[in-house]
Order: sequence, then structure tokens, then C-alpha cells
Amino acid sequence: MGKTIAEKIIGEHAGKEVSAGDIVIVSVDVTAVQDGTGPLAVQQLEKIGLVQAKNPKRTVLFIDHAAPSPNKDLSNAHNILRKFSKETGVVLSEVGEGVCHQRLVETYVNPGDILIGADSHTCTSGALGAFSTGMGSTDVAIGIALGKTWLRVPETFKINVTGKFNKGVYAKDLILYVIGEIGADGATYKALEFTGETIRNMTMSERFTLSNMAVEAGAKTGLIESDETTKAYLEEKGRGDKFRPISADGDAVYERVIEVDASELEPMISAPHTVDNTSTAKELAGTKVDQVFIGTCTNGRLDDLGIAAEILKGKHRHPDTRLIVTPASQDVYLQALKAGYIETFVKAGAAVMAPGCGACVGVHQGILADGEVCLATQNRNFKGRMGNTEGYIYLSSPATAAASAIAGKIVDPREVL
Amino acid sequence: MEAKLNGKAWKFGDDISTDLIAPGRLFHLRTNLPELAKHVLEDADPEFPKKVQKGDFVVAGSNFGLGSSREHAPTIIKLAGVNAVLAKSFARIFYRNGINVGLPLLICDTDRIDEGDELEVDMSAGIVKDLTKGIEITFSPLPDVMIKILNDGGLAAHIAKYGDFNLD
Ligand code: SF4
Repeated sequence: MGKTIAEKIIGEHAGKEVSAGDIVIVSVDVTAVQDGTGPLAVQQLEKIGLVQAKNPKRTVLFIDHAAPSPNKDLSNAHNILRKFSKETGVVLSEVGEGVCHQRLVETYVNPGDILIGADSHTCTSGALGAFSTGMGSTDVAIGIALGKTWLRVPETFKINVTGKFNKGVYAKDLILYVIGEIGADGATYKALEFTGETIRNMTMSERFTLSNMAVEAGAKTGLIESDETTKAYLEEKGRGDKFRPISADGDAVYERVIEVDASELEPMISAPHTVDNTSTAKELAGTKVDQVFIGTCTNGRLDDLGIAAEILKGKHRHPDTRLIVTPASQDVYLQALKAGYIETFVKAGAAVMAPGCGACVGVHQGILADGEVCLATQNRNFKGRMGNTEGYIYLSSPATAAASAIAGKIVDPREVL
Repeated sequence: MEAKLNGKAWKFGDDISTDLIAPGRLFHLRTNLPELAKHVLEDADPEFPKKVQKGDFVVAGSNFGLGSSREHAPTIIKLAGVNAVLAKSFARIFYRNGINVGLPLLICDTDRIDEGDELEVDMSAGIVKDLTKGIEITFSPLPDVMIKILNDGGLAAHIAKYGDFNLD
């Protein structure tokens, strides 16, 4: 019987044939924690006397969620990671280097790998044809120390996307639409496989946006087969030799197949307080916005900043709307500087922050006041997410976010494109 | 683990996210779990940290624990003294984390349980007795691997005991 991408990769790492429902022990290639989950992972290893890393070169500790540190407790937490890195030789990604998921795809993850990360959006790397999934601190701690974990082989939903996007519609609109259809728990414990002509025509950056949000439907990972586009991306990052074609068999068994015609989509928005609470931007047009945030592991890459910069060029944010821009990584930041995007943002009245998670998780750099509305390009709009349960978060593409920053209210970006 | 657990039900709705259980605004308390536990679930019910007693149960609707991978969320529920969480369904990462930290998570129909009901959970029989209402609700058994981890007191204790995974 044919295999899904998940079954193939997990089988290789378990050293036997597997199919959905099996529970197996697998070797892991890459492990990662961030500054919110890493200190606890380190403490767990210390507690059981297992301060070691099986594969230090591919174990990465990211200081990204609260970077630079906003207070002394977090500064001390950061030092737990720095100390562990010195003791074990694992890689430390310092303040300013960027968001873990972006850094992982840029530098560490290859097709066919298994990555476990103590962060729910670890599924982002699935776009490279890697089985990547989020777990808690202890699971990842054990993965770091022993180089293995246990997994239940997930059933897979195939999301088959055909047709061309209309102007003003992007990968973000597609994934918000899909989550609206499946529901926030519609794919719990499942793997998603994004496929079809639209996906094959996408850049890697667009694919990362899709895989990044798989967890918002409850999924374990969001997989995309590796192809020429993946290969070119790896070559650009200096690891073309790590390319491997990974795809599902033609007769793989899927639990569910969801067909989407991209040409029918419009710019989408998730309204507070759940990601599956989707509407079109047109339906929500006119909603007053106090803060616009462009960045994160979902939409803080070069092309995202480029789309926003094009709309903001020669314009200015609305006087009552703050604009925060946070490049996802140092690499993205440098390229955005060269392309002139950063200058465009500053001239448009934006606060440009150092690469990292920035305002996304409600620790610092953009916490909402009571009753305020933020339109953000991130992946999550839960109550309290941006540091205040009295705040309201709407999610959109960078184009919708940029156009709305100028208008001071939600607008359909097609009006300005 | 004790075969029978007794305590009172505290009721929550659907989609209780890890942001509501262990909010990002308290990120700086993540290395001070007893302190963080004083705020457990307070963004879902501001009174909960004050009301909860050792041995009580958190009873919720569907998709409990969705969102971030922060293991701090189930850890502080356990630290607050909660015996087990009962819900119609759990988000995947939370489910795994709960078992890893030794917090039993039971999937069952929670509609008939109300706030304040006295519950008795029989772990080995897979039955929740609502003593207040005089009804019995069955819960789905945990996968074998999770029972082993839970019985060892969580994943760290399991690995400490065997030096490796011993789940077969
Ligand atoms: S950018 Fe936001 S969603 Fe992405 S890793 Fe950081 S906090 Fe999480």
C-alpha cells in the first residue's frame, strides 16, 4: 500500500515500515527550544542528570521570544540557555538572530529530516519535506539528550490546491481560508499535506506560511513534497547537497481530501479570538485599527516585507495607527535593508524592531491597551495573546496589514494595489 | 498513581488556550513555576487560582489546551493541586505534555457535569462518577505508552528510571 510523506519519513527513522496509527520510537535529526520553553528543558535534564546532547551541531537554542530581554527574570532565563550551550556544545542563536522557525529553515532542516521543537509552530519546516512537529520542554529535552523520541504515526489530510491567486490574494489568505473550513480542532493529531498545482508554483516563503499555520487546525505538522523549488532554496542557503526528493506515493491513503480552488479566494481575516473565525477583508472593512504588526514566523520574510513596502512606499501610516515591523531573521533584515524596504517602513512612520518574535507573544514590543485592536500578520489571535485579555487581534496577509495601516482601519488591499 | 481520585469540578468552556492557562504576559515567571501557578487559568476565570483546592478537577469542553507548546501550562495545573483534567477533546501537544508531567487527562463527555459537582474518577475502570448527580461517565483509555509514562510519574522520571525509552 502506498505511503504518505509522514509514513515515509517516520518509517525511515523507526527503521521499519509504519502506517498511520502505529506508535514507534524514532531517531531525530534536529532538536530546538526557544527562550520560553528551553530553560525548563534544561532544568529537566539537570534534574535527571542527563546534561548532554546527542547531536550538538543540530541542536539549537533560540533566544527569540523575549529578545532583547525586557526584564531581569528573562535575562536570567536566557543565561540558563547560554550556560547549557557552553556545557554541551549545542548551538545558541542569540538575541537579534531571529525567530526560531525562520532560522531553522534557513540553516538547519533538510528534506526527509525529523525535527522536534519546543514550540508549536515547529511545523513550519514541514514545507521542506521534513517531519517537523512541536512538543513540550520535556519531550524535546529527552530528544536533545538521547537523539530520539516516540511518535504516533498520524493520519493525513490532503489539501489539494488548484487555480491561480487573484491579485491581492496570497498564501496567508489561503491558509486562513483552509483553517476556517477545517476548524481550529478539525485536524487534531493529523498531518496535513499541501499539494496541487498552486502549491507547486509557490515560492518556499509562501510554502512556509502554509506549513507554519498547520497547528492552528490542530495538526501535528504541515508537509509539502520537496521539488526543484526546494532544491533551489537549499542551494541558495549553501546546502544544495542536502536536497532529497520526498513525496507521497500515488496510492497513499488519506483520511480526508480537501479541494480548494485558489482563484475563488479573496483577502481573508481571522477575527478575535480564534483563528477559525474567518471572514473576508471586505466584510470587516472599516474596523478601526490601533496597531498594525508585520512580522513573525508566519509572514516576516523578505517577500512579505516587499509586499508591504510596495504598498507603503511614499505613504504614511494613519496618525491614529501605530505600525510595527519585525523582520523574521537577520538574513531577512539584511536583504530588506539592501532592497530599501526598511527605509520605506521608517519613512512610512513604522517602528522597525530587531529580528525575533517581537510583539507576537505578548511579552514586549507592542502590548495592546484595553479595548485596542491590532491587525497582525502572525498566526494566532487568542484572547490575551498580545499581552492583554482586553485586546482584540485580527490576522491577515502583509498586504492587507499594510493597506490597513495607511487607512487606519481594515481595508481590502485590492483597493490600493 | 492512586486508582481512585476524589474532588470537586471546576467548569470551563471550549477552546481553553495555553494563553489562558499560562499567559504570555507572565513569561518572566516561567522559571518560577510555583509563582506562575498562582495565576493558573486566571485569564479564563480570574477567581480560579483562589478557589481551586488540592484534589479538584478541571472540567472543560472541546480542544482544551490549544495553542503554544508551553509545558508550563499542564505543569501549573498540576502544581495548583488539580487531580486530572476532563475534557471532550484535547489539543495534541497539550495532551502529550500533560502525560509527560504526570497530569492525567481524561477524554469524556463532560456536558452533564456542572461546576461544583463532586466527582470520583476510577482510573483503572475508566469511569467518572458524578456523585452529586448520581451518574457514571466512561472515559476513553489512554494509549498504552502514555499509561506507562504516567505510571512512572512522567517522562523525565521514566527516562531517569530506565536511562532510555522503555515503552514496549
Ligand atoms: S513569531 Fe510568534 S508564533 Fe512565531 S515563534 Fe515567535 S511567538 Fe511563536
